[in-house]
Amino acid sequence: MESFLNRYRSITVLLLVIFAQLVLVAFQVKTDRDVRMIRVWTVTAVTPVARIVEALRGGSTGFLRNYILLHDAHQENLRLQAELGRLKMANNDLKNELSMADRAKALEVFQSHTPSKTVAATVIGIGAGTNSKMVFVDRGTVSGVERGMAVVTPDGIVGKVITAYPTASAVLLITDPDFAAGVVSQKGQVHGTLKGQGTPICRVDYVPFEEKVEPGEWLYTSGDDRIFPRGFPVGVVKVVRSAQPFKEVLVDPSGMAGGLEDVLILVEGVHQAIPDTPPANQAIFIGPPPPADATKPPVNPGNAPPGTPVGTEADKLRTQYKDIGDAQGHKFGEGVPGSKPPDFNLRPGPVSTPAGQPAGAGGRAPAPPPASKSAPPPGGALHP
Amino acid sequence: MSYSGGHILIGSQREGQISRFPAWVMLVVPLAAILFQVYVPLFFEFLSFLEMPLLVVVYFALMRRSQIGGLMVGALVGLAQDSLSKNPLGMLGIVNTLVGYFAASVGLRLDVDHPLIRMLLTFFFFLFHQLFYWLMARALLGQQLAFEIQRTLVLGLLNAVVGVALFHFLDKLRKAT
Repeated sequence: MESFLNRYRSITVLLLVIFAQLVLVAFQVKTDRDVRMIRVWTVTAVTPVARIVEALRGGSTGFLRNYILLHDAHQENLRLQAELGRLKMANNDLKNELSMADRAKALEVFQSHTPSKTVAATVIGIGAGTNSKMVFVDRGTVSGVERGMAVVTPDGIVGKVITAYPTASAVLLITDPDFAAGVVSQKGQVHGTLKGQGTPICRVDYVPFEEKVEPGEWLYTSGDDRIFPRGFPVGVVKVVRSAQPFKEVLVDPSGMAGGLEDVLILVEGVHQAIPDTPPANQAIFIGPPPPADATKPPVNPGNAPPGTPVGTEADKLRTQYKDIGDAQGHKFGEGVPGSKPPDFNLRPGPVSTPAGQPAGAGGRAPAPPPASKSAPPPGGALHP
Repeated sequence: MSYSGGHILIGSQREGQISRFPAWVMLVVPLAAILFQVYVPLFFEFLSFLEMPLLVVVYFALMRRSQIGGLMVGALVGLAQDSLSKNPLGMLGIVNTLVGYFAASVGLRLDVDHPLIRMLLTFFFFLFHQLFYWLMARALLGQQLAFEIQRTLVLGLLNAVVGVALFHFLDKLRKAT
């Protein structure tokens, strides 16, 4: 027996190690629990080294910039070419510093204005594995961070804390396939569930096909998931495809648009209202004006007579009803139920009927109460 | 040990000598490889294709020519990688364990100081690593991960090229025999 074990010692150890790890995986999958001890050991071993390396990188960059490059520049000051190169380099550095200062300032301003209580953190590493959509930040339980807390930037949500260690935390990014958050559209208040896809674009599930969501519309957190407070920007709708029973909606997340270096962890989230306008720091594309074409007459939208306000059919109707009400001394919204309504067939002033269009041919626009076509009032029939 | 001929099979006891490393190398190099994978892609995203921990496992397994040593290095590095990912612990651990074991088995039979052999082996073990992880993710976790063959082949080639250079550097850390 002993000689047998000695002969097959390697394969025996291999099978034992594989079996032990299979049991480990099975335990975690079956119980949905994590073996925290091993993770804590590894993270505690790796993240301090990462912080030291990051500090050394920052220090050496500063040293290089402040001493060696200046020293070289002093030696090369006599030559114009070197002077030009140094100035270009300095210019690039200043641009980088300005960019970093802008980001830091934006974070600081956001932190001071948001009603939620936040902790600023720096990304110090990404998750292992080529398909990983997880990062490590340099704040942990010592700083009050707990599992499940939301992670945001001034531009939008970034992810959520999936594990909090004493000195660091693991953040599952919004683009990870396991990520999900409740979202609501800005215009139609349509609710859905944002999910990552492992790509830079996320999708929104469970948007009923009859709901209206348009490309370019902003999405905000709905607060339904109890992780992200209501009112944080999520991203812009890129694509909307009709499908049964739910629409297919793709979203370009805004939180990581400017890179991911500094983030805020929401220690105490406060719900906010969904703003009426897109976030102010987002560039809004405005197309160029159409080219002037002098040969064509100006188009009068909707065949409206001159002086009629340009807008939707509802806007035009509202204006016409208001004019009728004003002419008859009626104020909308003030009459008691059952009181006599204004006569909508009377017109306050002359309105020209478009040529070639018979009276009453108004398409599907909402019509006023039906009137006798055979005997129109002297002022002419109202054509909404 | 220097490469001494055109043959690739180990022909003598001298050629099959076990490479020994100082203890700090066995500790620092895997840690640095894991740190590289976690930290460097933050600044150079294009380097995220490099599977440095895998390369280190392959190197130590090949050079130490010990199957038990190889599988242990693989298991520890794999578990450390799992700890820094959202995977259940053991997924990369099992894959790297097998890589370490098989690499050490190959190291017993081939002259692994030959750069071409090193490149081919690294390429093969990268493909094995990716394929086996994909199989395990499907079988054990039920994840429907995409397996892009062309992309994997290209990444395997890149990792093999980097691996040869890395192995050359790590050779200098061996104890003189």
